[in-house]
Amino acid sequence: MEKVVVGMSGGVDSAVAAYLLKKEGYDVIGITLRIWQSDDGSEGRCCDIDDARSVAFKLGIPYYAINCTSDFQKHVVDPFVKNYLCGLTPNPCVECNRYVKWEKLLYYAKITGANYIATGHYASVVKADNGRYTLKKALHNEKDQTYMLYKLTQEQLAKTLMPLGSVSKNEVRKIAVEAGLPVASKPDSQEVCFVTDGSYADYIEKTKKTGCGGEGLFVDEKGNVLGRHKGIIHYTVGQRKGLGIALGYPAYVKEIRPEKNEVVIGSENSLYSHIILCGNLNFMSIPKMDKNETVNCTVKVRYGHKGQPARLVLTEKDKVKITFDQPVRAAAPGQSAVFYDDGGYVIGGGIITEVLGQRE
Amino acid sequence: MNIYADNAATTKMSKKAVSAMMPYFEELYGNPSSLYSAGQRAKEAIEEARETIAGIIGASAREIIFTSGGTESDNQAIMSAAANGKRQGKYHIISDAIEHHAVLHTLKKLEKEGFEVTYVPVHKNGIINVSALEKAIRDDTCLVTVMYANNEIGTVQPIKKISEICRRRGVVFHTDAVQAVGHVPIDVNDLGVDMLSASAHKFHGAKGTGFLYVRRGVRISSFIEGGEQERGRRAGTENVAGIVSMGAALKEVAADIDKNVPRITALRNRLIDGLSEIPHSALNGDREKRLPGNVNFCFEGIEGESLLLLLDDKGISASSGSACASGSLDPSHVLLAIGRVHDVAHGSLRLTLGEDITQKEIAYIIKSVKEAVEYLRGFSPVWNDCVSGKSKFIL
Repeated sequence: MEKVVVGMSGGVDSAVAAYLLKKEGYDVIGITLRIWQSDDGSEGRCCDIDDARSVAFKLGIPYYAINCTSDFQKHVVDPFVKNYLCGLTPNPCVECNRYVKWEKLLYYAKITGANYIATGHYASVVKADNGRYTLKKALHNEKDQTYMLYKLTQEQLAKTLMPLGSVSKNEVRKIAVEAGLPVASKPDSQEVCFVTDGSYADYIEKTKKTGCGGEGLFVDEKGNVLGRHKGIIHYTVGQRKGLGIALGYPAYVKEIRPEKNEVVIGSENSLYSHIILCGNLNFMSIPKMDKNETVNCTVKVRYGHKGQPARLVLTEKDKVKITFDQPVRAAAPGQSAVFYDDGGYVIGGGIITEVLGQRE
Repeated sequence: MNIYADNAATTKMSKKAVSAMMPYFEELYGNPSSLYSAGQRAKEAIEEARETIAGIIGASAREIIFTSGGTESDNQAIMSAAANGKRQGKYHIISDAIEHHAVLHTLKKLEKEGFEVTYVPVHKNGIINVSALEKAIRDDTCLVTVMYANNEIGTVQPIKKISEICRRRGVVFHTDAVQAVGHVPIDVNDLGVDMLSASAHKFHGAKGTGFLYVRRGVRISSFIEGGEQERGRRAGTENVAGIVSMGAALKEVAADIDKNVPRITALRNRLIDGLSEIPHSALNGDREKRLPGNVNFCFEGIEGESLLLLLDDKGISASSGSACASGSLDPSHVLLAIGRVHDVAHGSLRLTLGEDITQKEIAYIIKSVKEAVEYLRGFSPVWNDCVSGKSKFIL
């Protein structure tokens, strides 16, 4: 019998994933990666052991809770804080999946002699005709989680099962109810798991080791001073609320300039841009891009973005220029841009380094 | 082969303890505080257990208070001594860095209430620095609390020496002997302690039962308020069956203790020798001054949890530290206190042997741990970096 290690977060999705695999005849082992514990001892929402354990008990599968806090700190929390202080808007889940969850689950698969690992992500793992592994968007687009998974390597994907790629959230809940899983009606997790209360800014304020990120100036696109801001960590590109300045038109954060400690304010129109530069690339359905090679695709610039048609050009090694057909709103450096082909397969993705504004 | 090697976490109940407690569920279920004979039979059973336990540790029956276990005993002893101190304007307590959380967290609470606590360091072998403890005693010290034997690394502290110091300086001395009672001979008069905590499930009794020894003359206040049970020192209807099991269990282990201690110690030493053959490993805690059944090792380049998983697969139940601390994700405070660095402290293995351990089982454990460590090191990036010279071995 083929053995699979299922990463169980304590939520309904991974519980149903484990249930479906067991039903298919796999020898299932449940593992919760304990990645975070706050000062008061409560765990992050990504690792709810009690619930995961009761699901495993109900399914009658072996279950282990594993301590991964030091890996999580190193690969996710520290870079998150550092990037925020640099004026970037990072995607910690992307890093967590690539460097913590998959690495650890594969490690424990090896230890337990499992052939595969599995998660409850809404996406499908597909082997393409060219022999490469890639991810296909979830059948039910609104739950698609491929955006957070584009950094996974070929070696990681080759050993990954995702049973929920073609199941809707409602169906998942229905399956959970029918199977009598104790987490059937548990609410979805929303925010970054390690910021359990308060805002990112409070968390970073509390965690940061350096003194930077203090008060600075709000300026307009021409450099005119508009007021004082509380520190760049309190702002993200596209933010409208909580700016505390009145300009006679709706004001948004257009850009953050960490080197000058400035927050640039602009109108709704100023948030749109045609061109984005990306680095830190990872390719999935294609092995690589050659210099000056172009690829037409759909690009998502944030998790909730539905994606817009664009053209990629590899300008130099590990650098892609993305030109959108129609301007894209509020792309933020530090976020990931993920490239999809017409079939909804992930071509690859990278991290936004620059947002270049209107097309000439 | 199935080997339970986590007896410091809890033990299997002895058959005698189980059969002794059973009548108090179905037949003799009366409330010990009741006047009628069914209740009085239960009361008699409690008092018989009290006599038995007191006799074994050299106390008198009135000096034994039954509690819900080691944690409650520790809480009551410490909170009561602190309350006595407060009455006399004494707000200083002495303890050490490797206590159980039942003690440490109680002290934390007292610190928030205005007490000052000195945590005396331990030597690298896990034995408390007695001269530092002596120096730490002040005129306003109201309590010294030092565990008899550590729950993780098994080190046995010089309790007699400490109690002599405390007596000389007129300070109340409590010891958390949860890991020691039933495993090494204990006589409270020889030791000279004022208070001593114990827990039944660590010596084959039922969970949820323990006792606190309080020397006559030491003022003890109730920790749980309510009725007049335990002569007003512990309210709540007595856990009759549990108390009976504790008496029976302690009687049984005490009868064989002189025979078992040397036998288990020899097997433990054999296990230590066997595991010491693993390169880049280290025994935690003093080799001699430790509990007969405790073995605790660090292996470089390995995470404790992955080792436990592999051993579980081979039928060996072991742990990577204290069961009570497994809810916490921080590395063991005990291993850090004896100077192990963070990364190495994560790779610890605790094997705690029961009285029924055999030579054959010891050989199987040694073979299994060796195989598991070698296997895990085969794909450990930390280990590979050390082998290739990219980083230095710590152990």
